[in-house]
Amino acid sequence: MTDGNGASPGARSQEGAVKSICMDAQEIERSLTRIAHQILEANKGASGLVIVGIVTRGDLLARRLAQRIGSIEGVEVPQGRLDISLYRDDFATYISPEVHSTDIPFDLDGKTVVLVDDVLFTGRTIRAALDALMDMGRPACVQLAVLVDRGHRQLPIRADYVGKNVPSSLEENVRLFLDEVDGVSAVEIRSIAPGQRAGSAPIGTHGGE
Amino acid sequence: MALMLRNARVLDPQIDLDDVCDVLIRDGRIVEVGHGLDLPKGVERDLTGKIVVPGLVDIHVHLRDPGQEQKEDIASGTRAAARGGFTTVACMPNTSPTIDNAQVVSYVRSRADEVGKCRVAVVGSCTQGLKGEVLSEMGGMVEAGACAFTDDGRGVQDSGMMRRVMDYARQFDRVVMSHCQDEGLVGAGQVNEGAASTRLGLLGWPAAGEEIQIARDIAVCRLTGCPLHVQHLSTARGLEMVREAKAEGLPVTCEVTPHHLFLTEDAIGQDYDANFKVNPPLRTDEDRCALIEGVADGTVDCIVTDHAPHCAFEKDREFERAPFGMIGLETSLSLVITNLVKPGVIDWNRLVELMAVNPRRIIRAERVAIEAGCTADLTVIDPCEEWTVEKGGFLSKSSNSAFIGVHLVGRATDTYVGGYATLEEGAIVE
Amino acid sequence: MSFPHKHLIDLSEYSADDISLILDVAERFREVNERRIKKVPTLKGFTVVNMFNEPSTRTRSSFEIAEKRLSCDTLNFGGSSTSTVKGESLLDTVRTLCSYKIDLIVVRDKHAGVPHQVARASGVHVIDAGDGKHQHPTQALLDLYTIRKRFGSIEGLTVGIVGDIGHSRVCGSLIPALKTMGAKVVVVGPPTLMPARPDLLGADEVRFSLDEALPQLDVVYMLRIQRERLEGAPFPSLREYNRLFGLTREREHLLRPDAIVCHPGPINRGVELDDYMADHVERSAILDQVYAGVLVRMASLYLLLGGNEHGADA
Repeated sequence: MTDGNGASPGARSQEGAVKSICMDAQEIERSLTRIAHQILEANKGASGLVIVGIVTRGDLLARRLAQRIGSIEGVEVPQGRLDISLYRDDFATYISPEVHSTDIPFDLDGKTVVLVDDVLFTGRTIRAALDALMDMGRPACVQLAVLVDRGHRQLPIRADYVGKNVPSSLEENVRLFLDEVDGVSAVEIRSIAPGQRAGSAPIGTHGGE
Repeated sequence: MALMLRNARVLDPQIDLDDVCDVLIRDGRIVEVGHGLDLPKGVERDLTGKIVVPGLVDIHVHLRDPGQEQKEDIASGTRAAARGGFTTVACMPNTSPTIDNAQVVSYVRSRADEVGKCRVAVVGSCTQGLKGEVLSEMGGMVEAGACAFTDDGRGVQDSGMMRRVMDYARQFDRVVMSHCQDEGLVGAGQVNEGAASTRLGLLGWPAAGEEIQIARDIAVCRLTGCPLHVQHLSTARGLEMVREAKAEGLPVTCEVTPHHLFLTEDAIGQDYDANFKVNPPLRTDEDRCALIEGVADGTVDCIVTDHAPHCAFEKDREFERAPFGMIGLETSLSLVITNLVKPGVIDWNRLVELMAVNPRRIIRAERVAIEAGCTADLTVIDPCEEWTVEKGGFLSKSSNSAFIGVHLVGRATDTYVGGYATLEEGAIVE
Repeated sequence: MSFPHKHLIDLSEYSADDISLILDVAERFREVNERRIKKVPTLKGFTVVNMFNEPSTRTRSSFEIAEKRLSCDTLNFGGSSTSTVKGESLLDTVRTLCSYKIDLIVVRDKHAGVPHQVARASGVHVIDAGDGKHQHPTQALLDLYTIRKRFGSIEGLTVGIVGDIGHSRVCGSLIPALKTMGAKVVVVGPPTLMPARPDLLGADEVRFSLDEALPQLDVVYMLRIQRERLEGAPFPSLREYNRLFGLTREREHLLRPDAIVCHPGPINRGVELDDYMADHVERSAILDQVYAGVLVRMASLYLLLGGNEHGADA
C-alpha cells in the first residue's frame, strides 16, 4: 500500500471514456518550463525558495519543477512532499485507500513555499494543504502552482502559476497522467465512471478509487 | 365430579399400555381405562391425536422461594412447571434461608398447597446452610415431608463429611443427590476447560472437577450403602463411572439436563451471552453424544431441567459476574420430543420412564400408573404442535433460557394433578 | 473506501492485509509524532470515551496521547471513580454514555468478553484495550509493528513467547496475529502457566525449557509475571521462576546474533528479565514497543472512524 506502483496494463480502461486530450507530454513539459521561469521571475531568483508537492501527482510535478528551476539557476532547490489526507474535510465519509506520507526534510520557517498540485478544482485540497503546511512551520509566503485549473472553486483560492486553464463540466474528470507512474504523460478530460469520484487519478490503478 | 379423557393414545410403559382408549377419573383417582366407556355425568374431553402419559416429574428445580422471589416464587415456578407438562417438581434447598430444617420444608409445602399449580416435593439440604460442616436435621425434615437430600449448587467438599451425610441419610430411605464439583479443581471456572476456556479467555471448569467427585461419591455409596443420585451429569467419563457402578449393583442413579444434551461449549459465542453459563458448564460434543447414548441405553435414569431462574439484569452483564444457570421447565419436554423422540433416538415409552416413572421412584413419590386406583396425575401431549421459544412467552418470572428462538415440535397441552386440570389447552387453569 | 471492520476487538478476524494496512498507517503517523506540533486535525469533532474499568497507566496514556494527536475530544471514564461503584451495571453505564452521541469507546475491563458486550450495547465503534485474560489487540499490533520495523517483515520469523501464556491477554491477540502474518510461534513456560489448548491459540510448539527454545528464536517475547493474577501460586518462588524462565545475561550466549527482546511492560526486573537484557542497546526493543503503541493506536482510531460504511449509527 505504498505509492510508486508501476503502471498496470489495461487499468486505464477502468476510467471513464476519454472525451478529449487537452495537454500532451510536450505541452506539459513546456508549461513546466514556463512556470519555472515565472516562479524565478516573481521571486527574483531561487533564494529562500522551496518546492512542496502535494502527493501524489503534485509531488511528481514538484520534482520536475525543482529540477528545472535548479538547472536554470544552477542551485539545488529544496523539495518536499506533502500528504494532506490527515487534513481532509471529507474524512468522515472517505478515507484514501493508499497510505502516503509527508516528507519535508527542511525547515519551512521564513521560506517562500511554492505548493504544487496537478489539477486545481474545488480548492479544498489546497485548503487542507495550507493547514498542513502551517502545522509544520511558519513560511514567509506560500504560492500555488498548478498544471491545470479546471474552475469550479468552492473556496476563495487561486493559483499564482497555471499551466493551462481547462474549462470543464462537473460531469467530467480532468486527469493528469505521468510517464513515471502511468506510462504516458497527458492531461485528459474524461467522463466520470460510475462510482468514481472527481479528482486526481490514483497511482498505479488509473481507474476507480 | 367425574372427568372422561376420550380418544387419546394412552401410554404407560409400567403396565405395557399403548392404546387409543378412554380414561375415567373420579375423586382424584383413575377409575377405569378402556374403550367406549360410559360417562353418566361429568366433564368429557375429546383428546383425539393427543398422547396421555403419567404426569411428568422434574426432580431438579430451583423455585427460589423463600428468599429470592424476584427470580421466581412457588406460584410462578409451579405455573411454569404446569405449562411444561409437569405434575410434580422437586425443589432444591439453596434458598434463603436454606431448606435445612422442618420449618422451611413445611413452609414450602404449605405455600405450594396454597398457590401451586403442581405438586412440590421438597429436597432438604445435607448440611446446615449448605456449608458442608454440620449435618442438617434430616429426621425432622423427613417427618415434614422432605423427599431427598442434597447440597446442590455447591456439593459437599470434604469426603469425610460426605460419608457422614450418606451414612446418616441411610436410615430414612432417602437418596442423597450429589452436585459433583471439586472446588479445588474448579475454582472460579466459568466454562468448560479446553477449547472454550482458551477461546473465550475465561477460567476453565475441567471435566475432572466433576468426575473426581462422582468417583468419590460412588465409593462412599459402596462404603455406606446409601442410595446415591448424581445430579446434572455432564461428562462422558462421569457417565461411564455411573454405568460401571450400576453394573456392580450399587444403588446409583443419575440425571442429565436438556442443555447438556442439546448444547455444547461451542454454543457460547462472541456475544458472551451469560444465558449459556451453567453449572456444570456446557461440555464438548463428545460428552454430549455420550450423554445421549446414556439416555437411550438406560444408564441415564432421568432428564431434569435444573431450572435456575435469574433476573435479566443478573445475566445481562459481564460473563464472569453473571450467575450460573438457565430456566428449563417450559422447554424441557418439547426439546426432548424434538431432539430425541422425533428423530427416533428414544421412543415415547422411554420418554415416560425418563420424565415420569424413574424420577418418581428416586424421590420416593407414590407410583402413578394409568390404571384403576392410581392418583390421576396425568400429562397430555400434542406430539405435533409446533412452536418457537420466545423471550416474552415464559410463565416463569425469568427468561434466562439459551433456547430462545429455537423451533420445537411437541408440547404439553393439559396437565391433571389429582384429577384437577392445572393446564388446559395450553392455558393455566386459575 | 472505508476500513472493513467496525471494531478492533478480535484480531483473528483481521486478514494479513488488514493488519498490514494498520501497520502502514501507523508508520505514516511516525512523521506526525516527530513534528514540533504533534497534532493533526483529522478526528476533530469525534468523541472518544476511554472506559478503563481496571487500573492501567501505559495503555491508557498511550490511547489518550493518540486521541489528542488526532484532535479527538476525549472523555476519560474510570470504573473506580464512577457509577459502577454506585451499583449501576456496566452496560447501563455504556447506554448512558451513548446518549451523549459519542463515536468510539476504548474499553479495558478485568472481565473477558466485555468489549463484545459493550459493542452490542452501544452500537458505536469499540476498541478492546484489554479484557480479562482474553485479548489485547492494540498491544499485539504494536508488537507486530516493532517486530516488522526491526526485521522488515514478520513472515518466516520464529517468535518465542515466554511466561504466563495461560493468563495473558497479550497472547490471546498476539499469537493469532503472528500466525496471520506468517510467523512461527513457540510458547515457553512451566505447564502450570499454559492455557488448556495452546494449539487453539495458534502456538506451533510448546516448550517447557527456555534454554532449549532460545537458539531458534528471532524474537524473544518475555511476558510479565502478573503477580496479581496468579491464583494458587503456579510456581514455587520468583527465584525459581527466574532460574528456569528468566532471560538473563547468562543466557545471552543462547540467543541468535540478531535476536531481539520484547516485553509488554511493566517489567518485573529480576524476575522475567534482568537489567542487562532489559536495557540491552541492540537487543531490547522494549522502548520501541512503547513508542509504537501511540502509532498503532492512532492508526486504529483513524481507520475505524474514517469512511462511512461502518458509521457510528450503523
